[in-house]
Amino acid sequence: MLQLSPEEWTAVALSIRVAGWATLLSLPLGIATALLLARRRFWGRELLNGLVHLPLILPPVVTGYMLLLLFGRRGPIGSLLEETFGIVLAFRWTGAVLACAIMAFPLMVRAIRLAVEAVDPKLEQAAGTLGANRLWTFATITLPLILPGVIAGAILAFAKAMGEFGATITFVSSIPGETQTIPSAIYALIQVPGGEAGALRLTAVSIAVAMAALLASEAVARLVARRIADR
Amino acid sequence: MSIDVAINHRLGGFTIDATFRSGAGLTALFGRSGAGKTTVVNAVAGLLRPEQGRVTVDGQVLLDTQRGIVVPPHRRRIGYVFQEGRLFPHLSVRQNLGFGRWFQRHQHRFGSFADTVELLGIGHLLERRPGSLSGGEKQRVAIGRALLASPRLLLMDEPLASLDEARKAEILPYIERLRDAFGLPILYVSHSVPEIARLATTVVVLADGRVERCGPPAALMADPDLFPLMGRHEGGALLAARILAHDPIDELTELEVTGGRLWVPLVEAPIGTQLRVRIRARDVILAAAPPVGLSALNCLPATVVEIGALDQPIVDVKLVSGDDFILARITRRSLRVLALEPGRPVHAVLKSIAVGRRDIGRDEHLAEGGSGKD
Repeated sequence: MLQLSPEEWTAVALSIRVAGWATLLSLPLGIATALLLARRRFWGRELLNGLVHLPLILPPVVTGYMLLLLFGRRGPIGSLLEETFGIVLAFRWTGAVLACAIMAFPLMVRAIRLAVEAVDPKLEQAAGTLGANRLWTFATITLPLILPGVIAGAILAFAKAMGEFGATITFVSSIPGETQTIPSAIYALIQVPGGEAGALRLTAVSIAVAMAALLASEAVARLVARRIADR
Repeated sequence: MSIDVAINHRLGGFTIDATFRSGAGLTALFGRSGAGKTTVVNAVAGLLRPEQGRVTVDGQVLLDTQRGIVVPPHRRRIGYVFQEGRLFPHLSVRQNLGFGRWFQRHQHRFGSFADTVELLGIGHLLERRPGSLSGGEKQRVAIGRALLASPRLLLMDEPLASLDEARKAEILPYIERLRDAFGLPILYVSHSVPEIARLATTVVVLADGRVERCGPPAALMADPDLFPLMGRHEGGALLAARILAHDPIDELTELEVTGGRLWVPLVEAPIGTQLRVRIRARDVILAAAPPVGLSALNCLPATVVEIGALDQPIVDVKLVSGDDFILARITRRSLRVLALEPGRPVHAVLKSIAVGRRDIGRDEHLAEGGSGKD
């Protein structure tokens, strides 16, 4: 009863792979966006902020459909990617990575941005007077100080990506072994008679993953905070 | 060694238009809060870009808005000790101290890591994090961090402002040592008369964003025109002195000044040490004849040179004693009763205990005139 079937294992492994890549690839962009939004005043800042947060507000199906229009094989970006690099995203697991990354991006940026806003820019100025250029200042002062936020953002994004359903199923469908992640597998299971047991097992896995992610995020943030804080 | 600064910058409704030139030693930027002192040092450090300005240190142009030269802060080699320390909270004291050396390709170093740690007395703190340090310890680490980046000029923005008297007394000798032993030029922002009297080689007086005066501290301190700026309690003269003898029984030290001798509370320094002593105007009593039967130990013969404005009940009288100026703050009535006027000989009486520890600083240069302009 508690044993996962091979198909269910495939869905779990695929989910972890998709969520892992989505988190890893969006992390540098997430840090850059958070820095930009927290520190810079530029024309179109509100626009960028809105754009980043849009997937949080829009129905996921809409996001998925827009991805299909843009990144589908006949979409403007999709066809360009296929012609120049031979990369196809639609109905592939790589497309699921893109969908999950976009859906999780607002959560990641919010967490990192809060951490950036808590860093005193005067410390960065001090690093400058000691001879550190901007890049070194970022690497030695800013990044270590925002690390708890970066880790919290990454874990939140990972958990969100694990559970992403609407945009993924719209963009890349639910192909077992290719694009069928845990949520789409659960959905597929409850559509067929006798699938309830499998759906329940995957539900338990989902809850375990989400809970573990939250606990890990708290633990790591506390650890880093203690390293940084007064001691 | 020379520092040339010319800055014109608007901040809200306030315009800073400051031009001064200074040399070796410690140049104090003195003025009330809001006079524009921090703006000036930030422009020198490169943390603020003035609308118009020119900053050169030792002939090297760091900023020239007309020619479009703006050297970024990390390439200026100017150390900065901030009021709040600004130590990096995630690094240990040792890592904080070593931070600037990572980026240092120059060989001009002020002593080794060990020397600096020893000079500042922070050896026992190296493995701790800044969060657990006291205010005085933090400032000493901040000074060490700036020094170890081997700057050609050190900026200090009210480094003692957030500390209590005991902590101030703990740090002042270190700053004297930087000035004298390391020969490091320092631009020091302060609104504290005692600090300036004790440390400055040159004083730049800023008021409302403009340079009001610039010169050696003894001359500026003795200028009654600057009294309103210094405050009623703190204004007074600065005298160069040398230790003549110690009296361990009564715990007093005898000093030689150009106008005579002074007894002050015991100074812990060898005989012959050059000092600077601040004598506040309100602590000086004037006598028309040599006084007898007084508890005050000090009486310097002097001559009245100038009498301040008479529209107040309290009048500032400027005296010359030997080669030094002394200021006395007396009532208008005393002035009338003693019939004081320029040229009149008087005796300046001073209680020994009026000269506190913080009024006495070490100084090798003040006796030579110490204008610092070269």
